[in-house]
Amino acid sequence: MANRITIKKGLRIPLLGECEETLRGTVTSELVRICPDDFQGITPRLAVRAGDTVKAGAPLFYEKNHPGMLFASPVSGVVTAIERGEKRRILYIEIKADQTTDYVDYGRKNVAALSGEEVKQSILDAGIWFLIGQRPYDVVAAPGKAPRDIFVTGFDTAPLAPDYDFVLQGQEADLQAGFDALAKLTAGKVYLSVSPKTTCKGLREAKNVVLTEFDGPHPAGNVGVQINHLRPVNRGETVWTLTALDVAIIGRLFNKGIVDLTRTVALTGSEVKQTGYWKMVIGTELKSLFLNNVTEGIPLRYISGNPLTGRRIDAEGVLRAGHSQVTVIPEGNDVHEAFGWASLSSRRYSAGCTYPTLKKAYRMDARLLGGPRAIIVSNEYDKVFPMDIYPEQLIKAIIAFNIDKMEALGIYEVAPEDFALCEFVDTSKLALQHIVRLGLDLLRKEME
Amino acid sequence: MKALKNYLNKIKPNFEEGGRLHWLSSTYDAFETFLFVPNTTSKTGVHIHDARDSKRTMSIVILALLPALLVGMYNVGLQHYMAIGREVTLLTSFLYGLIAMLPQIVVSYVVGLGIEFAVAQMKKEEVAEGFLVSGILIPMILPIDTPLWMVAVATAFSVIFAKEVFGGTGYNIFNVALIARAFLFFSYPSKMSGDQVWVRTADTFGMGRGTVIDGFSGATPLGQIATSEAGSFSEFTFHGITGDPLSISDMFFGFIPGSVGEVSTFAILLGALILIATGVGSWKTMLSVFIGGGVSILLVNAFAQNAIMEMPFYYHFLLGGFAFGAVFMATDPVTSARTEKGKWIFGFLIGLIAVAIRVFNPGYPEGMMLAILLMNAFAPLIDFFVIDANMKRRAKRLAA
Repeated sequence: MANRITIKKGLRIPLLGECEETLRGTVTSELVRICPDDFQGITPRLAVRAGDTVKAGAPLFYEKNHPGMLFASPVSGVVTAIERGEKRRILYIEIKADQTTDYVDYGRKNVAALSGEEVKQSILDAGIWFLIGQRPYDVVAAPGKAPRDIFVTGFDTAPLAPDYDFVLQGQEADLQAGFDALAKLTAGKVYLSVSPKTTCKGLREAKNVVLTEFDGPHPAGNVGVQINHLRPVNRGETVWTLTALDVAIIGRLFNKGIVDLTRTVALTGSEVKQTGYWKMVIGTELKSLFLNNVTEGIPLRYISGNPLTGRRIDAEGVLRAGHSQVTVIPEGNDVHEAFGWASLSSRRYSAGCTYPTLKKAYRMDARLLGGPRAIIVSNEYDKVFPMDIYPEQLIKAIIAFNIDKMEALGIYEVAPEDFALCEFVDTSKLALQHIVRLGLDLLRKEME
Repeated sequence: MKALKNYLNKIKPNFEEGGRLHWLSSTYDAFETFLFVPNTTSKTGVHIHDARDSKRTMSIVILALLPALLVGMYNVGLQHYMAIGREVTLLTSFLYGLIAMLPQIVVSYVVGLGIEFAVAQMKKEEVAEGFLVSGILIPMILPIDTPLWMVAVATAFSVIFAKEVFGGTGYNIFNVALIARAFLFFSYPSKMSGDQVWVRTADTFGMGRGTVIDGFSGATPLGQIATSEAGSFSEFTFHGITGDPLSISDMFFGFIPGSVGEVSTFAILLGALILIATGVGSWKTMLSVFIGGGVSILLVNAFAQNAIMEMPFYYHFLLGGFAFGAVFMATDPVTSARTEKGKWIFGFLIGLIAVAIRVFNPGYPEGMMLAILLMNAFAPLIDFFVIDANMKRRAKRLAA
């Protein structure tokens, strides 16, 4: 029986548009776009030029400071465009995909027979190292530094999040291969956290891992919360983080010898007519998915990811790296609500008790619902922040960029996503995730 | 509503950058967002937001203050007509209180909001809502007979020197309303204490004209016991302005002389219920103020030398500004301790010190204002120690 840790603080946001548990098919698009911006903490250097032909699994670009860290193409085809923005920053690399995907063959490998160094090299060479994240700084893991432990989260508690049990069906062998590979990468332990509801055998019966159950509302599924309860990160230490979905992709590399970046993606949100799961690779254009399947006549917000941490895309957008969820909600910029401060409307949702909670699920739009203010209300962030950290004081230390204070208050243990709920409930409407991201980036520059 | 929105949209360009009335853009924004929820959508970070904003929070506090304000207004009339020896209906009493109170509220809001709007405009920021609460608190904690010019000066002083110089709402160290009161208390003590200021004996715009009855005494119950010569509490009785003894229920429901807001413990408890039920006010702070006060009273009772030292705890809680301070002043999130553990300590010390000032200070019978202001100054220190414990835990983990 796994250890169980119960999380009390947090919030389950009752959002309309829960995903129906049906696999509806596969989505492909002629053009696939990869945005280097999705990978935190790297400076991309191109490995291809427009007109080049690539196979799935061949590198598109690499990390400037670590040329061995390659980023694989999810499809085979011809590179059609490399779009750059200000200061020649690469916005995206566009590939015209072949009808049938031609994979680079990396050869099947038996993980058990490989050394840690060989496992690491295999993942780096295959261009899927980016699946491994790192604390501190919440960036793509630095391959040069051995992690104290590796933490894998086996469930997602974010609003409308996909059900890992459903997504991971039939991937038991890949999962185990992935866990075996991770175990070789650290002298410490591989911690796998699951929900009490998790039934997936690949997770429940995984070997080579320390299994822990986390019970409670969001953010119980955030790996940062799990680390904080299992074995917090100290200054000078590094841990690596992954989701179970990414572990399966790594396992696939060893079991099949190919880089298969296919994800099972949940299409969710109040404005989606038919929700459900679709299979697609990262970078796939989503417009065929939205066509005739979303509310018409009002401005919509398309999100790759969940409504708390996802990236804003448009109707022409693509599935961004790392996401297994696409959400569509109303934009709300056409709504003129009178006297909101006195409203008793049942359409308004608040986590606190300043509004009556009358419904089970709410249709929320992207409005801030207030103006930005200084931090006024106390104990607001703490209620949704289940870590042994003072979030408000840490935020203030980040704003002041007081490095000593940030370290003392636990900056190395957090990622922007851990502050997502704080940002949601914030009466002062501050962009907390943005503040944390900037703080982490600045700190990393300062320290490394 | 739609016509109004269209009109607002029509005049909006005047207030934008380059518009003729750009110097009033914060004012325009304040009114627009008062009327309509802003429809700006999130650019970074979370895509959905909680419906609670600063306006909602402040509205709830004002709602919670209303019972105390209404009962207080009624009591102003009640005390007045008792002083001139006339029997009137409940409504007449209330009306008298209302028109006596309104000018003070208007002056406080006009002066305070005027400064807030001007400062917001200068800083090119949105107008913060904090003063909506302070502006109603100020007249509620002043004696009813405070001259309007004093209300104006005190409000201006506290908004500028207690709030705006620190950076505005959310940055102030001391409670703005209490600074206004403290300013008047130290500048014009004769208008802030004694037995002449708590009952309005003059008519208000011609209403309730009459002569004060013989034997009238306008001292508050706390004032009476502080100046009493009685050697023990059993020899002492509280009396109303006509000389009749006061019952516990008079004190609980608020039919005693005192500042408008503080008299009715019953109405304050209603307000406390609203604040706690909506989660806007911290029950921890409120409860710990009463615990701190209770502990202090029991200690004083044990070593009692005179009537006030012998006074039982429920009199302390019912009289003066104790309950009002605990519910509405100590819970101000900006000037209170911000950590949950800190709130227990913060509230406890307020109660403790308030009672100590009441009992041991011969010059001034009420200690709540000074206790809260003192603890406002110490709140950051309390938080420092609470947070330092967390930091030390982390440092220890690193060393291990």
